[in-house]
This record gives sequence, structure tokens and C-alpha cells, in this order.
Amino acid sequence: MDYDFSDDIQKIWPMLIAVGAFAAVIVGLLLVLDVLPRWGRHRWHVLGFLGPAMILLLIGLIIPAIRTIYLSFFDAGSQNFVGLENYGWIFQHTETLHMLRNTLLWVVFVPTLSTAIGLLYAVLVDKARFEGIAKSLIFMPMAISLVGSSIIWKFIYAYRSEEQDQIGLFNQIRVWLGLQPKQLLLDPPINTLYLIVIMIWIQAGFAMVILSAAIKAIPSEIVEAAKLDGVTAWQMFWRVTLPSIRPSVVVVIMTITIATLKVFDVVRTGTGGQFDTNVLAFEMYNQAFRYFDDGKGSALAVFLFLLVVPIVIYQVRTLRQRTESR
Amino acid sequence: MSSVTAAAAETSPLYRPEATTAAGRVRRRLTSRTASVVSIIIAVLWTIPTFGLFVSSFRPEEQIKTTGWWTFFSHPQLTLQNYNDVVFGQSSSQGQMASYFINSLAITIPAVIFSVSLAAMAAYALSWLDFKGRDWIFIGIFALQIVPLQMALVPLLKLFSDGFSIGGAQIIPAVSGDTPSTAFVQVWIAHTCFGLPLSVFLLHNFMAELPRDLFEAARVDGAGPAMIFRRIVLPLITPALASVTIFQFLWIWNDLLVALTFTQSDNAPLTVRLAQLAGTRGNEWQRLTSGAFVAMLLPIIVFLSLQRYFVRGLLAGGVKG
Repeated sequence: MDYDFSDDIQKIWPMLIAVGAFAAVIVGLLLVLDVLPRWGRHRWHVLGFLGPAMILLLIGLIIPAIRTIYLSFFDAGSQNFVGLENYGWIFQHTETLHMLRNTLLWVVFVPTLSTAIGLLYAVLVDKARFEGIAKSLIFMPMAISLVGSSIIWKFIYAYRSEEQDQIGLFNQIRVWLGLQPKQLLLDPPINTLYLIVIMIWIQAGFAMVILSAAIKAIPSEIVEAAKLDGVTAWQMFWRVTLPSIRPSVVVVIMTITIATLKVFDVVRTGTGGQFDTNVLAFEMYNQAFRYFDDGKGSALAVFLFLLVVPIVIYQVRTLRQRTESR
Repeated sequence: MSSVTAAAAETSPLYRPEATTAAGRVRRRLTSRTASVVSIIIAVLWTIPTFGLFVSSFRPEEQIKTTGWWTFFSHPQLTLQNYNDVVFGQSSSQGQMASYFINSLAITIPAVIFSVSLAAMAAYALSWLDFKGRDWIFIGIFALQIVPLQMALVPLLKLFSDGFSIGGAQIIPAVSGDTPSTAFVQVWIAHTCFGLPLSVFLLHNFMAELPRDLFEAARVDGAGPAMIFRRIVLPLITPALASVTIFQFLWIWNDLLVALTFTQSDNAPLTVRLAQLAGTRGNEWQRLTSGAFVAMLLPIIVFLSLQRYFVRGLLAGGVKG
């Protein structure tokens, strides 16, 4: 049709130049580091290898994080100190309390159900025929953007009034069963659960892949010994498989919990946070970018960070144990 | 950890104790049948949503809007019009996906290259150069993974628009996204910063597993740290680099939040465009379907063809059996 590629070619050049310049700088840096005095004092090497990343982390994450903590004690325009008022606001309004409730629903259901389904599937397809294909099917949603996923699910949740044909599969099934079609995303709090299903659909594949690898790593002697003892599949799962892969299960649950706390795109494209489906991460975006209230936005961000701190501490502890055991 | 991967990679021979009794045989067959049925049910449930969208994207507009995609099987009717509109159409109500596809490429490719290379260098310093406070820096970088991006967006945006100066001396100049040549600079830097913690963490896990003897031998031969990085470390961690690259690619290509903050509408990637189509033109179903598929195409191809590497990257994240 009338698409003209020449308009867009201009966008390709800056990209190539940037990549070229970057490559030149890195190669130059490595060559300079090469001629520096060898192992004796490698302060320069540390600086050369670690420096660029540290600078970016500093301006991209560390300074912003400190600034956000600071701003969370100020009002919308960051002019007047307000103490803990922004934090108080989080707990004092019906809307924000509903938002917290929704976030809680997400954090309770997504990690547990995705892990459970992923684990079940990993156990079931383990050593089955077509294992590779079977796993790809579940894993595929991981490759799709959350925006894309929300659109996919529109075709499940879409609503048409009773006289019309349904175009959403869920409501069509209701009609086939002789029920009324329903506006699924309108009624709180159940609408949050429908959004949660989307996230479970995405995360189960992640859980499945990790847990499947963990299951395959269980020493075969243990499995064989259990089989010789004549355990049933059920006992095998609870007494052998699950205890052996417990550390992986913990890692999976924590990783999905963090991803869930940050969930933003699903709500944004699913309902736009309307109809009482708001969550913490989305409200933070709204406060900072739609209402330009840096204080409240920052307070929400800090609050979210505080929720994840226990997970960080736990992971750092296991990380240290592992380094020590190495 | 390497043992986990190794054990996962080799398919251990099946162990099947001979069923001694008829009852045992029947019971075993029943469990395996239930297992198959349940796994097929899950697989179907997980595939139907994407499949429905896929079928819909080839159906004519008025059919998408009036009947469910499953009626396609009783009244099959295919068209490529949706794709044609959404990819090449130039009116703003159409997709203009071709332009946004280029934007996505122009954002993703440099950002992936920047973050993976810098992360590889940092991971090398953190795993094989000895210096004070090394472990604490590593733990700090690990912890940064959890900083909610939303927290970093506003300050980073301010930094881009004002630059950074100490006592009137401009240390970092302001980066405007207004001219075509610098349009993507902000989003590149943002993605590079945000991608670093995970990449450093994963690459460090791989690098730390390399045998110490290699480094000592090279050192004896008179190679400096930079030469060892280029000649020994990089070739050995190529699979790890591949897996981290795929991670970064999927993450940046699929990102909405960073793109919303750091790109203007002309330079926005596919995800932003899709979100717009889904929001303001919620009734243009025919464009949503094909548009969503255009946006998914590249990640799914990359993902399916390089799945092995992707899984390796996931498993490096500290999974112990």
C-alpha cells in the first residue's frame, strides 16, 4: 500500500552509528588495558572492567532509588516536607485500601498457582513422549509481551449481550452451558481474579522449566530405591520428588512473587486500573506520571521496595551459603 | 550448578521395573493414562488463547466483531486484509506497524548489545579480578534487580532533561530526544541501566564456574587480565552470552513501561502502539489481532529457535536440585 520505507531508514542510521561507536570504545578500552602494567597492581583493570557498568547503575538505579526515598517525604511538587503523610495516605483511603487488597490477591494467587501448575505439568510430562513440544506449548507465553497477552485474553473475556453471538470464548462456554453471559472485568473483586489468570498463564511456563530441570537432577538411585520399595506415584511425588526439589520450588515462588509485585502491563491493558482492579505498581505509575504527584508516587515505590526486601535478604543468604560451600 | 545442567541435558535411561502382577500392570497403565489426560488438558488450556487470536487475525473484520473465532471451523473464510492494514496502512487509526517494528528494532538491538557487553566486563571483574569489597559489590548489584523500575523512571527522566552539574560545571550534558539522530538515546541508556543487574548476575554465575587452572596457565604465559578476558573467557562463555542476550532481547522487545516513559510517540516501539490500539481503539478488533501477532512474531521465532539457551540462562539463576 502506501507505506514508505524511506521515512524509517533515518532511524536505522543512528542505531548503526551508536553500535559502531560503542564497539570502538570497548575495543579501545580493552586494548589500553592490555598494555597497562600486568598483574601487579590491577586497580586500572578493575576500574576499566567494572567502571562503565557501575556508572550506569549509579545514574540509572542507585541515585534514583535514593532520590525516590527522599522525595517520598515531600508533597506533590517536592517543595514542602510532609513527613510520613504520603505513607499514611496509602493506608487511609478506600481506593488505596482496595488497591492493597488487589495486590495481596495477586501475590497470593499468582506464585502459588503458577508454581503448582508448573510443577504438576513438569512431573506429568517428565520422560513422556513429545516432552520437548509439550513443554514449549506451556513455555511460549513467556515470549509474548504482557501487552500481547492481555490482547490474547480479550478474546477469552469479551462480552456481548445475550441476543448477540458471543465473541469471547469464556462467555460462549457459559452460553453453551445455558448460563447468562457476564461482563467479566466489571465486577470487583472477582475481576481481579480474571486478570490474575492471565499472569498465571504467563508464569506457569517459567515455573515448569525450572522445576522440570530440578526433577531431572534428582539422583536416579533415590528414585530407583523408592520404586523398589513399591511406592505409588502419589507417594513418590510427596516423599521423594517434592523434598528433593524444595530449594528450586522456593526460588521459583520468590522470583514469581517479585514479578507479580511489579505487575503493571496486564492491568493497564486489561482494565486500565478501572473497576477496582488497581494494583500497587500501576497506581505508582499513575501518581507519578498522570497526576504528577511525585510524593505519593515515590512513597508507593518505596513501599513496594520494602515488600521485596525480605526476599532479597533471603536470597543473599542462600547466595552466601553457596559461595562458601564452593 | 553445572551438574544440574548436565544432568538435565542427558536423558537418563528409563527405569521400568517389570510389573510382576497383572493388577500392578493395570494400575500403572491407569496412572499413566490419567497423567496423559491431565497433561493434555493443561496443554490445550494453555494453547487455546494464543490459537484463538491466531485464527481471529485471519478472519474478515465483520466476522471478528460478530462471531466467535471458533465459528471459523464451520464457516471458514480467510483474509490477509487485517495484516495488510495494520502493517502498511498509514492513517493513524490503522496500525502503521511497519514503522513501529523498525522503532522496536532500533531500540532493542543497541540496548541489548550495550547491556550484555558491559555486563560481561563487569561480571569478569567481579569473578576473576581480586579487589577489596568485591563480594559486597556483587551482592549490591544482585539486590538492585529488585528496585522497582517505577522508582527509577522519574529521576532518570529528570537527569536526561537537565543533565547533571556540580557547582555550575556540567558533568553530564542533557540528552534531548527531540532530534531524529538522538531520538533513541534516552531509551537505550535506560534499558542498558535496567538490564545490567540481571545480566551481571547470570554471567557471573557462568564465569565463576570456569576452572581456575586456565587462568593460572594464561598468567604464567604472560597474559594480562584484558587479554585473558578476550582470548579465554569470552570464547568459553559464548553459550552463556547467548542465553543472556536472548533474555535481554525478550525483555526489551516486550517492555512497555520504559518505552512509555522514554520515547516520544513517533519513536515508540510496538508494545506502546499495541497498548494504544487496545486502549483508545478497543473496538478495532481486527487490528488488535493482527497487530498483536506482528509484535509477537520476532520474539516467538527467537524464542523457539533458541529455547535451549534461554532455559540455560534460567537455570543459571541459582537453581539447585
